Order: sequence, then C-alpha cells, then structure tokens
Amino acid sequence: MFYQLSPLGDQAILIQLGEDINMANHKKVQIIASYLDDQPFEWMIEYIPAFTTVTIFYDPIKITQLNQRSQLPYDFVCEQLNNVLLGLTTGKIIESKTILIPVCYGEKLGPDLKMVAQVNNLTTEEVIDIHTSVDYLVFMIGFSPGFPYIGGMSKKIAAPRKKSPRLKIPERSVGIAGEQTGIYPIETPGGWQIIGRTPLKLFRPLEDSPSLLKAGDKIKFKSISYQEYIEWENDNG
Amino acid sequence: MITIIKPGLLSSIQDLGRYGYQKYGVITSGAMDPFAHRLANLLVGNKENKPTIEITLLGPVIQFEQDSLISICGGDFSPTINGKLLRAWRTVLVKKGSQLKFGKARTGCRAYLSVAGGFSIPTIMESQSTYLRAKIGGFHGRSLQKGDQIMFDSPSRLSLKMIHQLSKNLTDQPFDEMNWTITSDLIPNLKINPTIRVMKGLQYKLFTNKSQEAFFTKPFTVTTQSDRMGYRLQGPHLQLEQANEMISEAVSFGTIQVPAEGNPIVLLADRQTTGGYPKIGQVATVDLSSIAQAKPGDRIHFSKITHEEAQLLFLELETKINQLKHGIYNKFR
Repeated sequence: MFYQLSPLGDQAILIQLGEDINMANHKKVQIIASYLDDQPFEWMIEYIPAFTTVTIFYDPIKITQLNQRSQLPYDFVCEQLNNVLLGLTTGKIIESKTILIPVCYGEKLGPDLKMVAQVNNLTTEEVIDIHTSVDYLVFMIGFSPGFPYIGGMSKKIAAPRKKSPRLKIPERSVGIAGEQTGIYPIETPGGWQIIGRTPLKLFRPLEDSPSLLKAGDKIKFKSISYQEYIEWENDNG
Repeated sequence: MITIIKPGLLSSIQDLGRYGYQKYGVITSGAMDPFAHRLANLLVGNKENKPTIEITLLGPVIQFEQDSLISICGGDFSPTINGKLLRAWRTVLVKKGSQLKFGKARTGCRAYLSVAGGFSIPTIMESQSTYLRAKIGGFHGRSLQKGDQIMFDSPSRLSLKMIHQLSKNLTDQPFDEMNWTITSDLIPNLKINPTIRVMKGLQYKLFTNKSQEAFFTKPFTVTTQSDRMGYRLQGPHLQLEQANEMISEAVSFGTIQVPAEGNPIVLLADRQTTGGYPKIGQVATVDLSSIAQAKPGDRIHFSKITHEEAQLLFLELETKINQLKHGIYNKFR
C-alpha cells in the first residue's frame, strides 16, 4: 500500500493515502481503520479517518515506557506503522451495511424543497424520487458529532448554499449543498438547503457508539409521510 | 458541596478531554490549559484528570457548604476568601460557610479550581468535560449558573492526610494553606505578549516566502472572536503561493490553520475534529498553556522550533511533573 507519514504536532501522525476523494482511497482508509479497531497499538489514544488520510493520536509517555531504545516517540511510531502498513496490501474485505434513513420531505420540515426543485426544473416529487433512488456512501464523520460526509448524490438535484446561513438548523434536518447531501445530527447554524427531516437520532451520546453512522456505511433515504414521521419521533421518546 | 453564588463570565466543568470518539465527530473538549488543570488536581491529592471548574476572564463567587480542600491554578484572578487574599498554586483548606470570590483576570485568561475528590459529575463517553455546543457532559451539559450546587466525590488517602494536617489550624480562620508550593520553575510566567513555540505545519511550504517569514517574525493580535474552539488572530495576511482546495483531514490541539482571507486561527480545546484549511503551524504541546492563557488584545509572537525539539521539551516537562507528583506523595508518606 502506498502511503506517506507526516507529523501533526508532537502527539499525532498523519497517514496520507492519496490525493483525491475516490473509492480506492476510501478503501485504503477503511482497511487501516479496521486494522486499528481489531489490533489497536498499545500507545494509540485514538484515530480519525478522513477522505484520504488516517490520523493517529498517540501517548508519548506510554511510548517511552514501551520503547527500550532512546528513540523519539515519533520515530518509534513511524517504525511500528511501517511494519504494519507495508504488509497491508490486500487487507480483508470490509462488509458495509446499508442503513435506511426515513425522511419526511418538504412542508415545514423541509422548507427549501421547492427551491431545490425550481433551480433544477423539477417537481418536488421528482427531487424526492432522485434523492431516494440511490445508495450513498459515508466517506467520513466530522464537522459535528455524527455528521456524515456523504458521496453519491445525483447532480440533477444539486443546489447552491444559502447566501446567508440560518442561525439554527433543527437537529436531524436533511439538506443539500452544492452536489452534496447531508444530515445535521445536532442543532447548528448552517447554509444548506433543507429538504426534509428524519426521525432517526444520528447522535446518541449515551450509547456505546454515539454515532448512528460511521465511515464506510452505505445509506439509503426513504420517503415517509408526516404522520409516520410523528409516530416514529414519538417512539424515540 | 459548593453553591454557585455568581457564575462569572464562563465557568464550566472540564477534565483532560474526551478521547476515543473523535472518529464519530465528537470533539475532545477538556481544559484549555491542561497543565494548570493537572497541577490543581495534584495539589489536592487527586488524579490529574479529575473534573475541575474552568473559569474565564471574570471569575465566579462560590460558597463552600462543607470544609473543602481546594487549589487554584492558572491565571491570577485575585481570589479572596471572606475578603482575605488567597495564593494560587497552593493547597488550601477552606472552612464550611466561607465564600471564595474571584475577580477579573489580572494575568492570564483562565484558572482552574479543584477540590479534593473532584466534583461529582456523571461520566459521558468516558469524560466529565462539558461539551457546550452538544449540551452534554459536565454539569447538565452547560456552563455553571447561579444557584447550582455541586457535590464532591470521596477524597483519596493522600487528600485525607492533607486535610488532616491543615484542619488543626482552621478553628479561628476561614482558611489555611500549606506552607509549601510547587517549584518555581514549574509555575508559568504569564506574559501579556507571549512567545509561542511552533513547528512548521503540514502545508507550511505552500505559503509564499513573505508569509512564511511574517508568520515567524511579526506579532499577531488575539481578536475578540476567540473562544474555547479557537483563537482568531489578526496580523500580516498569510497567503498561499497558489489557491488550493484542500481535502478535510484531522486537526489537533494547537493546529494553526489559515482560511483564504489570510488570518490564522489557532485551534484549541473545543476545535472540530477535522478541518479543510491549510495548516501553517502547530503549537508545541508544552506551549498550549501559554496560548490558552492569552486573552483578546494580547500580541503573540511565534518562534520556530523543530519537531524533534518539541518532542524533547514535552518529555522534559512530563518528567518534571512526574517528579512533582512523587514529591507531593513523599511529603505525606
């Protein structure tokens, strides 16, 4: 596997796996992430997977305890990573699961659906059909807790960001910005065009995995009625 | 237990941060000045990561509802107990019913109040830090407010020995303090215009020569748009050789990134997990405290150090802290 190691400060190392956002680089990121999940290094604090990189945060004090030689922590980490990464060419195939995200489109919960339809010369129904027709890939989680960077949206429903961002976007809102679609897990300011809302909680701080989605997951949207949305939301408590 | 009489500008419960969940987009939070937080805990016989109260710029007024072993570390907020000045970086036993009043920050920007045993705060995702934006962790997921009452956890054996020693003199005064403090070389000298040691960032080379030079020679002012998430600085505009659309990747505590308009941002405790702006520099871990203690209006200079020097300085400081820890422990064997 081709990669390049660089320091991110004195307690983290960045593994660069490519230059572009694509499936090949995403797969490399996933292979390393699943290796780190299965066999975490003793000196590792945590890792952050992104589009083309995996960054590992480490504990330099732990390293000085583990390391017999008087090697600097970064050099030790490089050596340990080289030992693993060079052999990680094939890796195991990662099974991604597809998660169904129910969305109530339009009206109060999706005030910008009409606008997205207008700029693309479509009806609102057509926008919903296109948005629900494909499987999307979660490239990474970032920006806010549980926020998925999703790839795979059709250009037919692309829409520019709002000129001035809304101060508050309700949690679980589904939006479009440029050629990207996404879901806001917590209430945040933001400039995305909001087309609907899901009753699913994406950020669940009290559960073992606080994010419903993780990098590598596939998702598919499903249109539900307002009635179904309310029932689902009530079930959440 | 304590009661918050006045909350101050921004007082929140913090520990050393929430680690292991950044891959889910959950920020680390935690003390802005981890060094002061750790020392405040060590001075009352706590483990270093016990939750403390982080106070900011204008401090709170706090009433003690029980005899309490406390320490205050960080910036100088002229703390008084029942009107009598109290020294920071000390172990202090406060009598039940006394009021601790913090003023404005005379030096620094934040201070940490520890109590023996630590504040009794539920653990969420392995941390007790307040994550203000997501409204989780800390005291009900928010900064402290008037009337809040916070209990303590059980003190360690070391804390009990400290309490025992000081309680002898507590009969006729509101507080008594230990006659020793930490070695003076560990107490930071908080300057108004600090020099911060910085390593070159991953995209340093993409900046123009002029910008590279300005970054390490010219002062940058901390603007009022600075908070726990990051400090927005103003100074010479830093420009890339050519416009560059970066792909988002991880950032860390002390990453200095530069958005297209050219003013650098130093990312701090409440930073997002990933960022898409070019990184011109990275604050050495040993100087994170100095930058977190800078306040709006302060002028910062960045001085260049190598990645190797930053690592050695880190190990050196940790050795000193470890020695201090053993020193305190040995006093009470």
